[in-house]
Amino acid sequence: MTASRISLISPTGALGMGFLDQSLERGISLKPDVIACDAGSTDSGPFYLGSGTPKMSRRAVLRDLRRLLLARDQLKVPLIIGSCGTSGVDSGVDWMREMTLEIAREEGLSFKLGRIYSEQKPESMAQAFQSGNIEALPGAPEIDEQLIQNCSHIVAMMGHEPIVNLLKEKFDVVLCGRASDTALFSALPLMRGFLPGPVWHCAKTIECGAICSTSTRADGVFAEIDDNGFSVEPLALDSSCTPLSLASHTLYENADPYLIREPSGMLDTQNARYQKLSERKTRVEGSVFRTDRYTLKLEGATCTGFQTVAIGGVRDPYIIARVDSWLAEMKVFFAERLKELTGKTLGKEVRLDISQYGKNAVMGELEKSSAQIPNEIGLLFCVTAPEQALANDVARFITHTASHWPIPEWDGFISGIAFPFSPPEIDRGPVYRFVLNHVLIPESPLSAFRFEMENI
Amino acid sequence: MREPVLLGKLAKLIRSKNAGPFWITFDIMFATDTDFKRVVTAKVLTKSWIAQTYQVEEDSVIFVEITAASAIKFSFPRPRIQGDLGETDMYSGQQYAPLLNIEIR
Repeated sequence: MTASRISLISPTGALGMGFLDQSLERGISLKPDVIACDAGSTDSGPFYLGSGTPKMSRRAVLRDLRRLLLARDQLKVPLIIGSCGTSGVDSGVDWMREMTLEIAREEGLSFKLGRIYSEQKPESMAQAFQSGNIEALPGAPEIDEQLIQNCSHIVAMMGHEPIVNLLKEKFDVVLCGRASDTALFSALPLMRGFLPGPVWHCAKTIECGAICSTSTRADGVFAEIDDNGFSVEPLALDSSCTPLSLASHTLYENADPYLIREPSGMLDTQNARYQKLSERKTRVEGSVFRTDRYTLKLEGATCTGFQTVAIGGVRDPYIIARVDSWLAEMKVFFAERLKELTGKTLGKEVRLDISQYGKNAVMGELEKSSAQIPNEIGLLFCVTAPEQALANDVARFITHTASHWPIPEWDGFISGIAFPFSPPEIDRGPVYRFVLNHVLIPESPLSAFRFEMENI
Repeated sequence: MREPVLLGKLAKLIRSKNAGPFWITFDIMFATDTDFKRVVTAKVLTKSWIAQTYQVEEDSVIFVEITAASAIKFSFPRPRIQGDLGETDMYSGQQYAPLLNIEIR
């Protein structure tokens, strides 16, 4: 070990969410040894992996990336960006590289740029499945080779090893495909020989930026790791990292509050002790990391159809009083009309979901509240079909028929749904499904990843 | 005997969220250790209450009382894979409402 402590900044929870300029400036003044930032997640659903498109806008990512590249240049320390393009597919890394080059050109920056690609070919994953190198995690959906082959994209979530591989070669900027958020922060400290218990716990604590502090604003934190533990403080001077705020963050988006699985083993924070160092800073000791069989988490998505949706509102109290039977009656007609027009069966090739906002749309059958009758109900019609054109055709006869579906209280032709848009039908495009909750047993921590290096 | 209070009033924060696409997790956080202990000793928020409310197998529920964080956390496999057809709550962010009305004595 060359130094007795190492420091990091996590400038924001996700690249493109933003941070305060003065916070980053303060981070720079604290002279961290590395800047790392996550740029992706599965949290927003299967669309981003399935389609390979980013969630954050280019302008939002460009804004944050520019500031981080300039900060890195000033400090001459590595900048590590993980899960580029939200899902970490290859095109997400290319997208981030293209922005990196644009900024370098505009700002006159030069650096050694490394890229790590983590997308996996469906064919080779089907082979790995066949040879028993893919294993299901608890509660994973049933899969077979065909289903793996049908994935539009599969990524393997890298550990810290591929990043260390580039840091050892003194790369200044490392753009990663899908990566464990924590691996971005633990790579340099582990390479320098710091103990994995404090390193991984620190990484887990700071990976979402200032969410581990008392502020909920998108912003950054500064952390220091030494032989026995780590300390964290927010970059913004008007908020704090308290024992409670740090311990609470270990809970966030984890099924288990103490055990966090990484490719190389398990972080156990059960015996972590949180000690207040000042009003703004807390120290953590006592977490341990147990090395285990090396596994890489796989994420994969397949296209399950195309959707067209329509939104409308009902205000008539007569309709609201009988809305369930009103919708059920029209559904019978929709099934007949679908069969007549396309030969297809509602509930098989074509699916229709009608949600009633204002009445159990959020919790569905789990709703136990004895609700009073609302004065409005928002209706969401959602048609899913194997092709977009078919979904749209079906949605068009549904919206028209639904809006004029009679009720016995009125004698004559009614308009029972208030549609806000013309046309009321909105094509949603392809919809995707997460199909893998599995791990790959790789030949080595590096074998599943591809490296590209260049001087900018 | 203390006046009963609703969990929604006693907790500092109650939230639900995805823990990856296949799990949902709930955090119930308290401002003080006293409030936390009061809920723990009341023993009304239990695995069986969770299983019944969310229609899941009791054995599939992870339930932890975390003294260091003055928090209670529970998780179970998501009844529907995140974003699958029929999804109503992509982030599982609004599934905690039934917790608010638990009476704590």
